[in-house]
Amino acid sequence: MTIARATPKLSFEEGGFLAFLGLLAILCFVVATKATDGPMAFHATLGVLASIAGFVLILRNNLAGFTAPPQIVDGKPNYNFGPIKFASIAAMFWGLAGFIVGLYIALELAFPLLNFDTAYINFGRLRPLHTSAVIFAFGGNVLLATSFYVVQRTCRARMPGSIAPWFVILGYNFFIVIAGTGYLLGVTQGKEYAEPEWYADLWLTIVWVAYLLLFLGTLWKRREPHIYVANWFYLAFIVTIAMLHIINNLAVPVSFFGTKSYEAFAGTQDAMVQWWYGHNAVGFFLTAGFLGIMYYFIPKRAERPVYSYRLSIIHFWSLIFLYIWAGPHHLHYTALPEWASTLGMTFSIMLWMPSWGGMINGLMTLSGAWDKLRTDPVLRIMVVSVAFYGMSTFEGPLMSIKQVNSLSHYTDWTIGHVHSGALGWVAYISFGALYCLIPWLWQRKLYSLKLVDWHFWISTIGIVFYISAMWVAGIMQGLMWRAYTPLGFLEYSFVETVQATHPYYIIRAIGGGLFLIGAIIMAINIYLTIRQGESEAHASAGLSLAPAE
Amino acid sequence: MTTYETISNFSQMTGLLYFFGMFVAVLIYALWPRNKKKFDEASTIPLRED
Repeated sequence: MTIARATPKLSFEEGGFLAFLGLLAILCFVVATKATDGPMAFHATLGVLASIAGFVLILRNNLAGFTAPPQIVDGKPNYNFGPIKFASIAAMFWGLAGFIVGLYIALELAFPLLNFDTAYINFGRLRPLHTSAVIFAFGGNVLLATSFYVVQRTCRARMPGSIAPWFVILGYNFFIVIAGTGYLLGVTQGKEYAEPEWYADLWLTIVWVAYLLLFLGTLWKRREPHIYVANWFYLAFIVTIAMLHIINNLAVPVSFFGTKSYEAFAGTQDAMVQWWYGHNAVGFFLTAGFLGIMYYFIPKRAERPVYSYRLSIIHFWSLIFLYIWAGPHHLHYTALPEWASTLGMTFSIMLWMPSWGGMINGLMTLSGAWDKLRTDPVLRIMVVSVAFYGMSTFEGPLMSIKQVNSLSHYTDWTIGHVHSGALGWVAYISFGALYCLIPWLWQRKLYSLKLVDWHFWISTIGIVFYISAMWVAGIMQGLMWRAYTPLGFLEYSFVETVQATHPYYIIRAIGGGLFLIGAIIMAINIYLTIRQGESEAHASAGLSLAPAE
Repeated sequence: MTTYETISNFSQMTGLLYFFGMFVAVLIYALWPRNKKKFDEASTIPLRED
């Protein structure tokens, strides 16, 4: 092999990433050789391989004479769509993986035999795999894809950097791989929705800061004077998640060569920090970020501006000011002081107002265009998602009231509530956004609206099965647990309530199965959409950048 | 008054005033008549193709 051409100059970005990935590969190699436990050796080896792969890709692109693409082509912004394409396909992939694992653990609860007495697939390990796969892998990739798309389009500017966007997307998905394989190997710090151990958390922090800088950099370059409201929601999501992630994951590793760490906080303080994090993962990851999607994709699809821009401003500021205080409602009747518990409950109830303000704003965007619901199943999915948003944000404050919570807490009602929000709101608005985004990115027509119709109805029936089974099961468990005999003894032993729940677990699994079938139909539809017209399909491969529109 | 009560009174009052003040400021900003044109234009940003 001869390198005959003139040696291409390294840009600052290329040089920086080469140095960073080179050092990272060496660091991971040292950790891998000195690792005190198997999972750490495995993860450090993955780190070595991933850093070297990144290093080689950047170097190869540079030697191939790659130059930074123009900012503007034919007077139009030359948007960077390559990383967005990757993230939208990754979202579909992780979504399916997460739904399959979810269905499996639903079946494990109904038929415990299904864990086959192996550690790797028992409920305790698969459950965080399911939650992380659907929230962070599926939802996270949807948020990355849509936020990069929306911020570029509404700012009319190409996002800065050519390696940095790929670093954020691939780095984030690498975090997902580390987290997921860690769970199966038994690596966890035992904090709900924050299970990954210290080294994965550090890596996510680096990726997230790069994400924030890219988002801010695009806003900085904008050619549109006003920052559209969807970007405010995305920015609140990115900034708040950074703060929550760092504080909740403060920990001291036992050794730099091992997976185990101990948290910085203890006792009640630890519980409070955990649920301050946990509830705001709901508030800022699963709500604010997806509201950003709502404020762009629903007006775009309905071809009408948002119902009230003024309401969207009030919605934004009241939502972010209230949500951050709602966490203590996860700790009613615990060692948490009474006043903190009351404070969390009060703020949760106040959240009714901005939540419903946002729901009304989303729904009323269709006023005068309701007929589109009949003809456009994609718009229907998004509108139903907003309806589910309204329903679960009504249910949430209700369950945060102490007296209601004393019945609902620790029962399957909570699981039902979470899934009406997660399946109905988050997943549906994501499906709607992907059904819009993928045809836009690949510049194709969606393969089949008929299949979207099938997806919609099968999944919706699945959600109804799921949440109604969990409501009945949850209220039944709550009532059985608090039932006393005339002599003052508990009327039911715990195992009797488990037995009574069995039929509802089966109905729930059927609901989850239907939801999964819907998602499989979607994946087929998306695949056929992208495959149609082979000639342009190669633009998404590797590090090549998407052509201008 | 104990130190606890003093601190809790202080934080409750400042919290109340701060949040209410912020909310009023947002309402004024959002509903100010002169801002209407700006917001109406902003709401069409996603619909403008390029």
